Amino acid sequence: MVLKPSDFRVPEVYADWCPGCGDFGIMNALQMAFAELGLEPHQIVLVSGIGCSGKEAHNVKCYGVHTLHGRTLPFAMGIKVANPNLEVLAIGGDGDGLGIGAGHFVNAGRRNLDMTYIIHNNGVYGLTKGQASPTLRLGVQTKSLPKPNINEAINSIGLAIISGFTFAARSYAYDVRHLKDTIKQAIQHKGLAFIDCLQPCPTYNNVTTKEWYAGEDRKDASGKPQPRLYKLEETGFDPVVHDWAEDFQKKMAALDKAREWGDRIPIGVFYKNELEPTFQDRLTSRIPFYMQRPPAKQKLCDENGFSTVDLSEFMKELKTS
Amino acid sequence: MKSVVKQERMALSGDEAVAYAVKQSDVDVVAAYPITPQTIIVERFSEYVANGEVQTEYICTESEHSALAACLAASVTGARTFTASASAGLALMHEMLFVTSGCRAPVVMAIANRALSAPLNIHGDHSDSMAQRDSGWIQLYAENAQEVYDSIIQAFRIAEDVDVLLPIMVGLDGFTLSHTLENVDTLPDDAVKQFVGSRKFPNVLTHEGKKAPFKLDPETPMTMGPIALPNYYFEFKRQQEEAMKNALSVIQKVNSEYAKISDRSYGNGLIEPYRLDDAEIAAVCLGSTAGTMKTIVDALREKGVKAGLLRLRTFRPLPIEDLRSALCNVKAVAVMDRCMSFGGHGGPVFHEIRNVLYDADVRPYVVNYIYGLGGRDTSPLELRSIYSDLQRIVAAKRVEKPIQYLGLRE
Repeated sequence: MVLKPSDFRVPEVYADWCPGCGDFGIMNALQMAFAELGLEPHQIVLVSGIGCSGKEAHNVKCYGVHTLHGRTLPFAMGIKVANPNLEVLAIGGDGDGLGIGAGHFVNAGRRNLDMTYIIHNNGVYGLTKGQASPTLRLGVQTKSLPKPNINEAINSIGLAIISGFTFAARSYAYDVRHLKDTIKQAIQHKGLAFIDCLQPCPTYNNVTTKEWYAGEDRKDASGKPQPRLYKLEETGFDPVVHDWAEDFQKKMAALDKAREWGDRIPIGVFYKNELEPTFQDRLTSRIPFYMQRPPAKQKLCDENGFSTVDLSEFMKELKTS
Repeated sequence: MKSVVKQERMALSGDEAVAYAVKQSDVDVVAAYPITPQTIIVERFSEYVANGEVQTEYICTESEHSALAACLAASVTGARTFTASASAGLALMHEMLFVTSGCRAPVVMAIANRALSAPLNIHGDHSDSMAQRDSGWIQLYAENAQEVYDSIIQAFRIAEDVDVLLPIMVGLDGFTLSHTLENVDTLPDDAVKQFVGSRKFPNVLTHEGKKAPFKLDPETPMTMGPIALPNYYFEFKRQQEEAMKNALSVIQKVNSEYAKISDRSYGNGLIEPYRLDDAEIAAVCLGSTAGTMKTIVDALREKGVKAGLLRLRTFRPLPIEDLRSALCNVKAVAVMDRCMSFGGHGGPVFHEIRNVLYDADVRPYVVNYIYGLGGRDTSPLELRSIYSDLQRIVAAKRVEKPIQYLGLRE
């Protein structure tokens, strides 16, 4: 059965984001990507955190888990390890993933589970009225801040690459087609994929607005806006690591691109390496039947509720007489 | 009794009342992380900071765990510190709560009481602070925005008393108090500043053999919260318990001293009995529910029913003697819990009240009502039914169902 994007809608749930919120674009892109990849709702798990982005899991028809603030990745990792046959996507805000959950972000990179992590990056805590998030840059003053931000932003793409994510990309919530293609690539990538999804917050971020991204403040001689976003794939940038020998150079090129901000902001894939074994590969090397019989498919008890694990041999070793 | 100082009546929500009280209390450091329904507290306070209305260092942290860590660190250097949280935020602080009380750091924290996940719920109940019952923090629960304001000011005095030196949390029911606008009579800035005073420190012996105020100061180096293995740890914990016992009299003293300047007091600061003297049946509750319960008691009294109410304001330390003497002459007591102790025998307040009454000469019948979880509205009619149940219990001379749920679909 081929599903349409509309088959992933949840009409009975009212999406109560503010008008113009980037979350709508991300929701649409997810639904389109799932349909184009031929996935079905029962094959997908969306794990979300706390904040406006947390509601994505309510609004896309698939398995959804709305978790605690900052803990999207641990939940998602547990699900993926228990059942590696599921398509697992973790979704969270910038504060969720790069503030309170930054420790999980870094450590997820060490495992390279074959799943996707999308951060909604709008520079503010939208749900609690616009405090600065960890992606708001030093000196920027959004609506709710009495003074310009005193903290520097985390470079999420850079952090992902250094932490061991084997796919790092950026997209834009208002360019739904580009975001959809990026999500598809991230899902198809063999390993841990990260997408930094830029999005305006029409309610609280009055600095990096959709007009700002579209470059309405910088027009050329003919009066045409000069958009700030440009696509890496259109510049001939090759993010793919074909051989371990070029990994360092590819990483450095990606980090260099990740530093760009201001008048020219790259979107697209920064880095992609499928040579690194995934966590599933690593587990399979120790447990040969892991993919066929992962924890989710193992029987925990017999029909009478007794454990299926035979501990008698083990218990014999502990006997002292 | 006449009010000693002239007061200004303001329209404040519970959250705003907290922020205003903190503003007047000359606080050195505030560190916090936003969470509904607390956010307005630190939001308002950040406005005072931005406007230069307070001399406070304001730290935006990346989580509640870090917020309390920052407050603890500031507090042990001698700074007066404040933070606020709720629900999952308070739960995330769990580890730091114990470190704070163990370091004897008098941090003041407002809790806009909210249910815990899962399922996710932002509305009021007492699950968050009750889960921190044994963390070594003093716990007060306020009935209305006025009491919220008064309690925050008192909290600094209680926590920083040299016989106490314990952190304190003041609970205000999420949304019911945190977001509802009420009339609040506020004291002038200088009256609050004078009442709260500056932080005092007991003198302790440092490892260099000097006598020095108990705070981190490079001039008189000392160690706080160090490792204490089986040889000393137990004694530290015993001292915390002693401080809790001391807090019972300090809370009463602060309550009556505050009454002298404000003309407002809350029972003896520990419990607030309402028409309890000759009551035959009585309810025990915490927080904003008491407001509705008082009107029900009044209506019952008009009909000649000898009904009463005991509002437990101080849950930790538990005023054991006060509770026992206030309730021992009642024939039947209904204990109201806005929290569950899963698998236990009733809610946490029920455990305490029943325990306290075990030593009474004549034990009243005690029944538990669990109500209002996740912000479930409890109507006056439902609350009224508690007293009818108590009348039936007294008549039947037995409790048929000790644990009851109010306003629940089953």
